[in-house]
Amino acid sequence: MLPDLAGLRGGAAILPELVLTGTVFAVLVLDLALRRSARRGRVLLLVTCLGLAAAATAIAGVSAGAQPLFYGMLVADGFALFVKGVVIAAAVVGAILAALSPEIRRDQLGEYLILLVCLTLGMCLLAGARNLLMLYLALELVSLPSYILAGFRHGDRRSSEAALKYVVFGAAASGLMLFGFSLLYGLAGTLDLPGIGAAVVARGLQGGLDAQLLVVVAVLLSLAGFAYKVAAVPFHMWCPDVYEGAPTPFVAFLSVAPKAAGFAALLRFFLSGFGAPLGFPAPGEFPWPFVLGVLAMATMTVGNLAAITQDNVKRLLAYSSIAHAGYLLMAVAVGSPLAIRGVLLYLPIYLLMNMGAFLVVMAVHDATGSETVDGFRGLGARAPYLAVVMAVFLFSLTGIPPLAGFIGKFFLFAAALQTKSMFFYAVAVVGVVNSVISLYYYARIVRACFLEKPADAQAPVRVGSPAAALLGALAVPTLVLGIWWGPLLGVVEKALLLPR
Amino acid sequence: MDFSTTSTLLTWMIFTPLIGAGAILVLLALRPLLRQALLDNLARAIGVACTAVVTGQGLILWGGFRGADGALQFVHRLVWIKQWSIEYFVGVDGLSISMVLLTAAVFLVAAIASVPWWGRLDDAHHPHFSKKKVPGYWILFLLLETGVLGTFCALDFFLFYIFWEVMLLPMYFLIGIWGAPPRVEANGRVRGGPYAAIKFFLYTLAGSVLMLLAMIAIYHNSGPSTLADGTASPHSFNVMALTQMFRDGTFAGASPIFGLAFAQAMFLALFIGFSIKVPMFPFHTWLPDAHVDAPTPISVILAGILLKTGMYGMLRFNLQMLSPAMVWAAWGIGILGVINIVYGAFVCMAQKDLKKLIAYSSVSHMGFCLLGFAALTPQALTGCVFQMFSHGIISPMLFLIAGVIYDRAHTREINGFGGLAERLPEYTGITGLAFMASLGLPGLAGFVGEVLVFLGGFGAADQGFRVLVAVSAIAVVITAAYYLWTMQRMFLGKLNEKWAGLWDMNWRERLTLYPLAAATVILGVYPAPIFNLINSSLHQVLSVVSVTLHAGR
Repeated sequence: MLPDLAGLRGGAAILPELVLTGTVFAVLVLDLALRRSARRGRVLLLVTCLGLAAAATAIAGVSAGAQPLFYGMLVADGFALFVKGVVIAAAVVGAILAALSPEIRRDQLGEYLILLVCLTLGMCLLAGARNLLMLYLALELVSLPSYILAGFRHGDRRSSEAALKYVVFGAAASGLMLFGFSLLYGLAGTLDLPGIGAAVVARGLQGGLDAQLLVVVAVLLSLAGFAYKVAAVPFHMWCPDVYEGAPTPFVAFLSVAPKAAGFAALLRFFLSGFGAPLGFPAPGEFPWPFVLGVLAMATMTVGNLAAITQDNVKRLLAYSSIAHAGYLLMAVAVGSPLAIRGVLLYLPIYLLMNMGAFLVVMAVHDATGSETVDGFRGLGARAPYLAVVMAVFLFSLTGIPPLAGFIGKFFLFAAALQTKSMFFYAVAVVGVVNSVISLYYYARIVRACFLEKPADAQAPVRVGSPAAALLGALAVPTLVLGIWWGPLLGVVEKALLLPR
Repeated sequence: MDFSTTSTLLTWMIFTPLIGAGAILVLLALRPLLRQALLDNLARAIGVACTAVVTGQGLILWGGFRGADGALQFVHRLVWIKQWSIEYFVGVDGLSISMVLLTAAVFLVAAIASVPWWGRLDDAHHPHFSKKKVPGYWILFLLLETGVLGTFCALDFFLFYIFWEVMLLPMYFLIGIWGAPPRVEANGRVRGGPYAAIKFFLYTLAGSVLMLLAMIAIYHNSGPSTLADGTASPHSFNVMALTQMFRDGTFAGASPIFGLAFAQAMFLALFIGFSIKVPMFPFHTWLPDAHVDAPTPISVILAGILLKTGMYGMLRFNLQMLSPAMVWAAWGIGILGVINIVYGAFVCMAQKDLKKLIAYSSVSHMGFCLLGFAALTPQALTGCVFQMFSHGIISPMLFLIAGVIYDRAHTREINGFGGLAERLPEYTGITGLAFMASLGLPGLAGFVGEVLVFLGGFGAADQGFRVLVAVSAIAVVITAAYYLWTMQRMFLGKLNEKWAGLWDMNWRERLTLYPLAAATVILGVYPAPIFNLINSSLHQVLSVVSVTLHAGR
């Protein structure tokens, strides 16, 4: 007897993932075939970018729908497709960054790109996962290549240390998460997220204190894995060390794409698992918005306060990325349609400004060998273009209009205030106070660029034209989206239009 | 209420400087083709020309403004972001017109003060800011003008906020790069341009993020409105519509925040944001640092215009939009205003640095604005707005005067001078005029605002204001004391031989100081032109407030 194949339909919906898988193989084969060719690096980069572009085109072609695919493993709704788009865009920038950076040896570029595309594939699956098993597998597919890429600077002790720390933290977090998942499975008897939600509501919450406690423990444990992925307190400790030690092109990618995918998975875990929108709990239910809100406040405060004293720019940006995870977590805690819109809008904006900032860090490091704030001294005179775009990215990260970062933050705070609840008013106040604190350390770099003279007479910093072009491609939208963000909002709203 | 587009003049005014900044950017792109000196001079010419054009547009605006009308005029309105009912909505009424005109004029003066033309400049040993990174200076200068004009004209809350923040970034760089270089003070602290710049930035950003939260909260609680293209929207950022909604009680049902009624919580958040800019005690500490370490034209703009954006915000939002809460808070604001006046005056007595003295005198004089604002009588409010205007022409004079002596002597130590009148008679005369105007001598502009605030404050519904007025009247004596004492120490007595080589004013300085001096005298004798612009709008606002005032009694 043939098995029921109805559940396998929907291959068209995973076309982007298929294209990515094909790209992995293509790069693998070409890397071997072109072993002796001088053009190997360029060809591999070209093929990778073409593959990613094809995957992006495939996303545009997928008709979004909320129906579950492959026996409920995946879903290709607008939300998932949007996140996939952001992730693939980040991968394109990440691939170009790797090709531009001397930190990635030419003969290893192929390996790097293969792992990068694997990682991207994992994130695409993560964005669409609606089953705990799928979610876990996708998460591991993101994690494993990340460990390797973090230690990609062979022979560099800091890079190896970063990789090791990343692995140890990652293993601990995913162990906790898996334990949480197993408890949820035991409670609900299914790994299907909406099924779990229904079961938990039906059984767990009305089943007395023990069952409630079990649900709380299970969800808290599961939260550990997500918190690790998005670098939220208290699982943020790996972040500064990994960012400092890992090769900069990878850090640029790591700071954006896995965070985006992690937030997508977190949102889906809470919203489809436990009923959307969360709102404030009825008596007897566990106050998840409260827990997430407190986590958000802790994350942004820890990130911002720790960033103040950093001298290494990569560590500084690591703490800044923790702070940004805090702002996003605030919106996840709210969980309203506006909050989801805010998160989705924030991701591409964050991609532009954060990857842009890392690209400048990379260019300065390549030219001066320095990754400290002092290394930026006098950059305004030595490389005016670099310094000006860096100022744009940093002030955008602060959230100062008319730059795109302001629009991102505006939506997150608008979502928090829309609840009209006292708790979220307080969270929003903590959030804006944090924004002011963040200005201090972002402005330290700007100050070093423009307001301070270089310690000794130094030659101008030269930027290659590909890097300059890429910087422009990231900086111009950062400026334009701050003033004209209607179209981007339109795309986000279209993505969320379909029933989820 | 229907506000449809009647004129694009304001839009041209706001964005003319931006076009100039863009032109300088184009010049920068052509850098390889031009000699550095030519590039610098072209940038300066574009800067001065743009500010002059804006001043011209300001005169057209003045000519076309019907003061007796009291309503919004020169409205330009279109939809910007439809999903959030955000509009591009600019217009002027009596609350803003005087500030728009002042901005145009003061920026022109500051632009003239930013060029090394038309007069001797001794920069052999002390590089002058006007010769440093010239194109960058002018790009930021023009961007700042766009921000300020936009802030005064914007009538959409979101647009207002954007312009408000656009003022910050250029100011940060203008103080930080072109201001005083870092120095270590006697107590080991590092001060100077970079320190002052980030302090200014952090203080004002702290205020404006509170404003951001208030803006979003008001939006979410607002009722439906109609956009410029006729579509209906569930909420509104339109300041005029929001004002109407607050009067109609749309927000009465909004849940209280941290124990305060919704309107009161919004009032406080906005008020703190604006009062940092004014600056009001205890948020004033950024001001002496920023004013002292900024280059002269930027101090002129800071004192002349930027402080007024805070006061204007209070008039537009705290008074006009949130009038019931205004009645609730008036007494507290009055007390803080008096603290500003008295404390600022006493601190001035202790200053040794001329520029710092002038900076603190701004704190004192803005206190009169706050007191007049809080008294809520027609005279006091007129006095408040007139004081904004008169301080906006007198304090630039004072900072230009400090710049004149600093450019020559490279010090501003009051006690280090003496007998300058002998060597610099013209400079002494104009300084005397500015000091007298600032201390409130009758016949000069500074007197009119103060006396109206006192008169209005005495007639306030709340008898307690009489005490406040009495206390602040005493501070006027202190003001006279510190100005006269400074005059004596710097200009009278025996000439300090160290300064025998100083020379009197040059044409650049005359071009900036004489027009302001003339305005001070004319408005001191005949203040009616300003009254005609502002009065009817102020009366309309007050008529609403007084309904609440008497209803509450």
